[in-house]
Amino acid sequence: MAFGRSDSPQAPPKMPTAIKLLIAGGFGVGKTTMVGAVSEIRPLRTEETLTDRSVGVDDLSGVEAKSTTTVAMDFGRISIGQDFVLYLFGTPGQERFWFVWDELARGALGAVVLADTRRLADCFPSVDYFERRGTPFVVAVNCFEGAPVFDLDEVKLALNLGGDVPIMLCDARKRESGKEVLIELVKHAYGKRPTATAR
Amino acid sequence: MNAGWHPDEERLLDAPTIRPYVIARGRTEAQDRFDLISLAVTIRPTTGTEIGLDPEHQAIVRLCRRPLSVAEIAAHLDLPAGIVRVLLGDLFDRGFLAVQQPQPETDVLDERMYKAVLDGLRAL
Repeated sequence: MAFGRSDSPQAPPKMPTAIKLLIAGGFGVGKTTMVGAVSEIRPLRTEETLTDRSVGVDDLSGVEAKSTTTVAMDFGRISIGQDFVLYLFGTPGQERFWFVWDELARGALGAVVLADTRRLADCFPSVDYFERRGTPFVVAVNCFEGAPVFDLDEVKLALNLGGDVPIMLCDARKRESGKEVLIELVKHAYGKRPTATAR
Repeated sequence: MNAGWHPDEERLLDAPTIRPYVIARGRTEAQDRFDLISLAVTIRPTTGTEIGLDPEHQAIVRLCRRPLSVAEIAAHLDLPAGIVRVLLGDLFDRGFLAVQQPQPETDVLDERMYKAVLDGLRAL
């Protein structure tokens, strides 16, 4: 949906369709690394400020009503020809920033949940969140050096993942690996799109 | 002159925090209007003499000669995304920018889109 004022001197140029993908997971799991590995630009940082509209979504108990909280998010972009542009947002690590997650997840095509086998529990909140919200997601186990190597089926079991949730190994530092994860995510999201089940 | 003023008091104002809200004149109501990935593009350049356009407005108009998302504008200008939304609202209302909203979730079903994105990713 493009709109401009009718008295604009120039017709708005054709703009690409923007698509949002999320990279979630625990703190230090390599979200920004993965964004940087696949992005065509150096990852940028944007800040959202917790405002009154967030009250009721976020747990503000013990927080002064007037105080503002700023949440920083790193993101990158991948242009797909002239028609599409993918924006990859690393979700803020702290769970108390759900209000930002809700905004990020709105309209998102899907999410990658990055997992570290040394701290598998760190990605539980992300898995829970996307399951609850119905956002298509894949789990990518970031292969840190020195981390114990688990069978992917074991990880899947430990995460209590639904049978159709793709899980794969990845190296968040490598562009090729990040690409594979995103391809898997888009394929999965395609299969999960509402018409695919409704028809 | 300024007998009651002391240089140290300036610190209390915490300029980096307050400044964006001064630019937006305290307005936050436009925040729900644009998504982080809403794209803005300039359709009318500013002359620099328009009434009511701050340097930040001018900077957005210059920046958006190519389509940029709210998130990118915020990052480039080092302003919170909420403030950028307010400024974009001003510029949109005055006909300097066109804004393209992302497709709503239920519309992200276009088979052509999935295919194009997959092909594009494979070709990276």
